[in-house]
Amino acid sequence: MRYAEAGYYLEVDLATGNIERVATDPKLMELHLGGLGTSVKVHWDRVPPETKAFDPENLLVFSTGLLNGTPVFSANRTVVSFISPQSGTLAYPMMGGFFAAELKYSGYDKIIFKNKSPDWVYLYVSNNKVELRDASHLQGRGAVETQELIRKELNDPKAQVAAIGLAGENRVFTASIEQSRSSASRLGGGAIMGDKKIKAVAVRGTGDVFLAHPEAFMREMQGVTDYIKYRWENPIKDVMTILSGIGSPQEMLHTDEKWHTENFAWGNARTRRRDFWTEEIDESWSKSQHGAVKRLISCYNCPTHCGALISHKDTPRYMAKCFGKLTYAMAAYVDDLDFSWKILQRATEYGVDSFSTPQILAFAVELYEAGILTDKDFKGCPSDKEGRFFWLLDRVARREGIGDILADGVYFAARKIGNGAEAFDHNTIKKHEQLPIKLGTLDPLYFLMYSTNEKISITQMEGQWPQSAFPTMEQRQEFVRDWPQIPDEKFKQIVLDWELRGEKSIPYFPTPDMCSEIVDWMEMMHNIDDAVGMCCGMSSFCLKPPYHIHNYPKIISAATGMDLDEAGLKQIANRSRNLHRAYNNRLGIRRVDEKPPEDHWKKRFPELEEELLSTYYTYKGWNNDGIPTREKLEELDLGYVADDLEKRGILKNGQN
Amino acid sequence: MAKIKKKVRTITVNADKCNGCRTCEIMCSAFHAVPPYSSNNPARSRIQVITNRLEDIWMPVFAGEYTESECMGRNKYIIDGKEYNECDSCRAACPSRDLFKEPDSGLPLKCDMCDGEEQPVCVKWCLVDALVYEEREVEVDEKDVKETMTEMEVGLESLVSKHGFQKVMDTVARLSKKG
Repeated sequence: MRYAEAGYYLEVDLATGNIERVATDPKLMELHLGGLGTSVKVHWDRVPPETKAFDPENLLVFSTGLLNGTPVFSANRTVVSFISPQSGTLAYPMMGGFFAAELKYSGYDKIIFKNKSPDWVYLYVSNNKVELRDASHLQGRGAVETQELIRKELNDPKAQVAAIGLAGENRVFTASIEQSRSSASRLGGGAIMGDKKIKAVAVRGTGDVFLAHPEAFMREMQGVTDYIKYRWENPIKDVMTILSGIGSPQEMLHTDEKWHTENFAWGNARTRRRDFWTEEIDESWSKSQHGAVKRLISCYNCPTHCGALISHKDTPRYMAKCFGKLTYAMAAYVDDLDFSWKILQRATEYGVDSFSTPQILAFAVELYEAGILTDKDFKGCPSDKEGRFFWLLDRVARREGIGDILADGVYFAARKIGNGAEAFDHNTIKKHEQLPIKLGTLDPLYFLMYSTNEKISITQMEGQWPQSAFPTMEQRQEFVRDWPQIPDEKFKQIVLDWELRGEKSIPYFPTPDMCSEIVDWMEMMHNIDDAVGMCCGMSSFCLKPPYHIHNYPKIISAATGMDLDEAGLKQIANRSRNLHRAYNNRLGIRRVDEKPPEDHWKKRFPELEEELLSTYYTYKGWNNDGIPTREKLEELDLGYVADDLEKRGILKNGQN
Repeated sequence: MAKIKKKVRTITVNADKCNGCRTCEIMCSAFHAVPPYSSNNPARSRIQVITNRLEDIWMPVFAGEYTESECMGRNKYIIDGKEYNECDSCRAACPSRDLFKEPDSGLPLKCDMCDGEEQPVCVKWCLVDALVYEEREVEVDEKDVKETMTEMEVGLESLVSKHGFQKVMDTVARLSKKG
């Protein structure tokens, strides 16, 4: 019997319609846990680096995490992996919701799609019954609408459906995969689904997920629950509200958006409106939000309220989460939150990423205002801010007119438009739109996280380290007093020493050595979360979370029966992390690609930035070009990876 | 008619507090696994969250008595602007739906209030307080006091209903010979 995992992958060849249930080697779990870890291994083994995003050989993998479907609170993420049309690297957007658990109960850890279907299909998985079904009647339907239609067609309200909208069908590079109250939205997973002509994946499972050591497991669960209750009753002091509890920033619950609206840039990541949050806005936005949010909802097996059912006036209902509430309004410079609920509904039905897409639309407006795009490009576009955004969104999702160029994202659109448009592409890293945030002095920790992580999206890389130094020693002492989540006691001293100004402040403190260790810790926790299917809102994206390096090995051991300690878990996370790194190196990623946008911080420190990068690479066991050394790879049982990199000339034999 | 006092154990559902997470289903099925918590499978749960997400219906319903025939009612009700199907709020396992039936055998399941526990586990693990455990004493007519059927009796009754008494007896006899 396999514990925690199902032990089977579902292999779907879209070209032939052949579907196979394939048993997996239990060794894979010991080496890579599951979720992202084993998915990276699948891609490494089966997708050669010559493969482009829209080649039939590009695999699309829907993966559960190791702990999905167990009673572990908040382990509900589905990892979707593929070579991204935007970055050309191995992308892995994740979604919460209910899909992964249902897939596990169906008896599968992953669905692996290969090749392309000649006609529009959806996959229906119901335990042993798996079939590709005609989806021609769903073509053109919205992503939310499609989920409902399929549930009705299957006559099963508990079927969980992941679907694309028009944007995915049209291979828009920012197309998302929508499911319940969640979506896998970064780096174009919806476009890959559309390219393969998969309109949706529906799953329903009624099988068991087994645990190896139930008593030990429940002891850990009790500890986690006690902590959740404790943190609810004792919010962390001296940090902003959204960071003081647990769970992802609960944008649907909280109405106070002073921090986001005044610290993040508006438009095409240009303007900080430092005095935006007035009493009047507070009142109007609170009223709008309370009117629109019909009910606060969670994902599978999670006690938080990160999502909401939205019912805004005559707009059809949909479910929303997190930051989409702000992104369109801020990008369009619209001060009325009602606009958000309206445009977010249309964007959700189209199935587009709500981080990248608003920036693309704002980029188009900026080019128009600069005279680079003309009236001809904007023919038929309303002149008001709201109308303009709706019009542009329609064009992008449908790939009509200028929308066809914008649909490839800011980086590619800028180069296609030319005529100076490249200068307006000022917020992408590795061709991918970043959080619209433009700040003062370089932050060394964020510099490393932005530049080097394979997620290529800062929003889910940070988390457990305070975002800035505490002003007083009393506050620092209070913060470190009760902090069992840290991997090493020395981190406390860094917080105690860290000043807002002076010698021990950013950019020179924490020092490059300290930064390397802190970022490595952040990264390790995100990697573990992504392997076990944990929502980072309850773990790595959360200050003082319920899950951490000290209880994770016990939970995983109890669930799976593996004999795992902290060192063992760190080794697994490191192994998967380096395999992913090597994969992207094989796809061309080098040191030269690892830089944040030029205007990300007003004050930059070129020499320090180089030192940070070099120090971090050395700490990670990578060479000066950001490629894992043979020594490092062998230490992680990845000798075969070193051989491959050497064979391709990416690692030079003997030179590291 | 003599009146006697009877202790009633029940779960009060506050559907408006439900966030739809289905932890109650997970923990119920885990608790009833053999050995306890060795597996979980919401399809085996004796509490189910009935959902119609866009209609704002997330309603935990715990399993009641088994009924051997389908009911005649399929009415719809609008309450606070939400449309409920009569089936949504029914706690019975019945021939017309899969709800509250073991997915393997099709045998009905019934909430036993997690007998032996301080409170049902679905209540214990519902951190949003949508479920509240209640114990109260009520006075009932002596003749109305009927022993609650055991799990095995519920199963046997449904088998008898489905296959007939004789077939069940024959099967038991055959199995007992196999020893």
